[in-house]
Amino acid sequence: MDAFLSGLDLLARLDVAFALLIGSIGGVIIGAIPGVGPAVAIAILLPATFSLDPLVGLTMLLGIYGSSMFGGALPAILINTPGTAVNALTTYDGHPMTKRGEALRALGLAYGASFMGGILSIVALILFAPLLAKIAPMFGSREIFLAALLGLVLVVLAHRGQTFAAGMLAAFGVFLQTVGLEPVKYTQRFTFGQEWLASGVNLIVVVLGLFALSQAFVLLTDPESAPDTQRIKGSMGRAMREVFRHKRIAAAGSGFGVLMGMIPGVGEFTAQFLSYTYAQKTSKDPDAFGNGSPEGLVASESANNAVPAAAMIPLLALGIPGEALTAMMLSVFYVHNVIPGPGLFQNQLDFVYALYIAMIALNVIVVVFMLFASNWLMKIIRVPTRFLGVTILTLSFVGVYSLRNSITDCAIAAGFGVFGLILKRQNLPVVPIVLGMVLGGIMEVKLRSAMARVKTPLDFVDRPIAAMLALAIVALIVLHVRGVIREHRNNLPEDAHDHDIHDSQTR
Amino acid sequence: MRRLQTFQDLFKRYRRPGDMVFALAFFAFALFLLLNLPFQTTWVEKRTALFAQPAFWPAISLGLMTLFAALHLAGAVVSQRIPGRLAEALYWARSLEYAGWFMAYVLLVPWIGYLLATIAFCCVLAFRLGYRSARWMGVAAVFAIATVVIFKGLLQVKIPAGEIYGLLPPGAFRSFMMTYL
Repeated sequence: MDAFLSGLDLLARLDVAFALLIGSIGGVIIGAIPGVGPAVAIAILLPATFSLDPLVGLTMLLGIYGSSMFGGALPAILINTPGTAVNALTTYDGHPMTKRGEALRALGLAYGASFMGGILSIVALILFAPLLAKIAPMFGSREIFLAALLGLVLVVLAHRGQTFAAGMLAAFGVFLQTVGLEPVKYTQRFTFGQEWLASGVNLIVVVLGLFALSQAFVLLTDPESAPDTQRIKGSMGRAMREVFRHKRIAAAGSGFGVLMGMIPGVGEFTAQFLSYTYAQKTSKDPDAFGNGSPEGLVASESANNAVPAAAMIPLLALGIPGEALTAMMLSVFYVHNVIPGPGLFQNQLDFVYALYIAMIALNVIVVVFMLFASNWLMKIIRVPTRFLGVTILTLSFVGVYSLRNSITDCAIAAGFGVFGLILKRQNLPVVPIVLGMVLGGIMEVKLRSAMARVKTPLDFVDRPIAAMLALAIVALIVLHVRGVIREHRNNLPEDAHDHDIHDSQTR
Repeated sequence: MRRLQTFQDLFKRYRRPGDMVFALAFFAFALFLLLNLPFQTTWVEKRTALFAQPAFWPAISLGLMTLFAALHLAGAVVSQRIPGRLAEALYWARSLEYAGWFMAYVLLVPWIGYLLATIAFCCVLAFRLGYRSARWMGVAAVFAIATVVIFKGLLQVKIPAGEIYGLLPPGAFRSFMMTYL
């Protein structure tokens, strides 16, 4: 309780409150604009947050992360275009409801479910934090190495149908972080005698290229489009309250969100799938799913909004980010010399609580904002896409150039921008590259320190958590291979699937 | 047709035109890096275990990268060709124009300063994209000024003052321009 109160005290500052307000409202707006996801916004803002206090910078980024899905539901429901990748499932039931003339009800349910998902997950995690503080110290170098490896394996396996491509891109990420002068033996790695490669390839430059610049290039190269929208009439508050009729589904959705969010490399999609399947299986009207079922909408939105809080767990407790957004946040910690890991949960539990309380506050701010702002947001999302490209390009410059005033960095970012565009066009994911870079760096350091006490290979897994992680890695690979073989045997025709459900690569 | 058939569907991605070009280029790149491994890394002889060798992680990552790239390429070779390969490659090439615009902006900032370069970049690029009315030019200029004021003026991000500011007469105005715009 002391730590909780002290966390509250940390937050009671004007600059933190201001950062939270900017982050949460900015996040909703960014989430609502199709074509700009939270990743683009966080990538651009990262260098600007380096000069801020870590708590201020992190609450702002966390605000964007946690609130973008609220905003993303708006175009998903009204114009059948998800604002962020994780709102894709929302279009299944949200848009049919709009077509039936129930746009307000659908939006209210989506916001209400997002709010419940967000709050329930944070409360669960606040209660869970003391337990985590006890478990986290059991993670030594070898456990952290194995957890990072597990994250990398999961992110590769999660890209089914493109596992090989995800594997090569993750390996490329691991390779990228090795380039430059290596800090232990002071030898050059893959610098080709070039001075500009000696300092290595900066993670933020790559992230800005792959997420922000590539998105700008896509928007600029594609033909113009500006979505048509309609006005919403009626009481949003009453519509939001309808979610209480679906308490069971919202609670289950949050539960799946918390569980899946904690596992690195898995995230929103699995949580949504499990939540949606559960809702459909236990529904009195399962056939309505996909045709405008309120239950389906609640299942999808409560699950995706429960993930951000849980995704902070592996980041804070082990220093291992599970997806691209938390990987970016990790750099904020590094810049301020706050190294997330077991020590943070043990010694700075108040800081962890402060972040969670900030997340509760952001959910409240966003819901209040959404009560009034839906129609106003609809005007904003009508920005023509190519002009949006100009704005992203202009803002990306600030991100890359302010890092170290290097023209070379800008050229590298532009190169990764074009590479990211090709990947998006190829329907290939960019996330494995970023996770490969971050987790590869962690793995290199942790393996070196872990091996000092390991005599035989079996020593590596002689502690219970290490053994469990190693077993999980092996089991996942075996199950994946079995799944692929079974799928091959079933031989479903290609048109039996929805090819576009997973379109995170386009955002 | 049920849209969510299986768990796998949620994670499944499908090939697009030009997959062969990409797979081939990436494989060639991976192979080039792998062949350079002995020349671009050092093998430390003295009392250094295998996992602590500087070449250890580049070797593992490049080995896996080449293996997966080869499998990805094999997948592209045995799959049916999707029409539209040339059009796709041309689309990739078209994006280079905007990378060029971006680099021109980057090179301009140290000379004419952040404010002028941003206004010029936003207006000229908007014009190039077809937003040619006075209204759109105004929107582009306002956006440019707002960006500079927020990031350089308020957030004080590190962007050095342009050479052009040196031409201003010494005094308060010059130092204001250099510090905030």
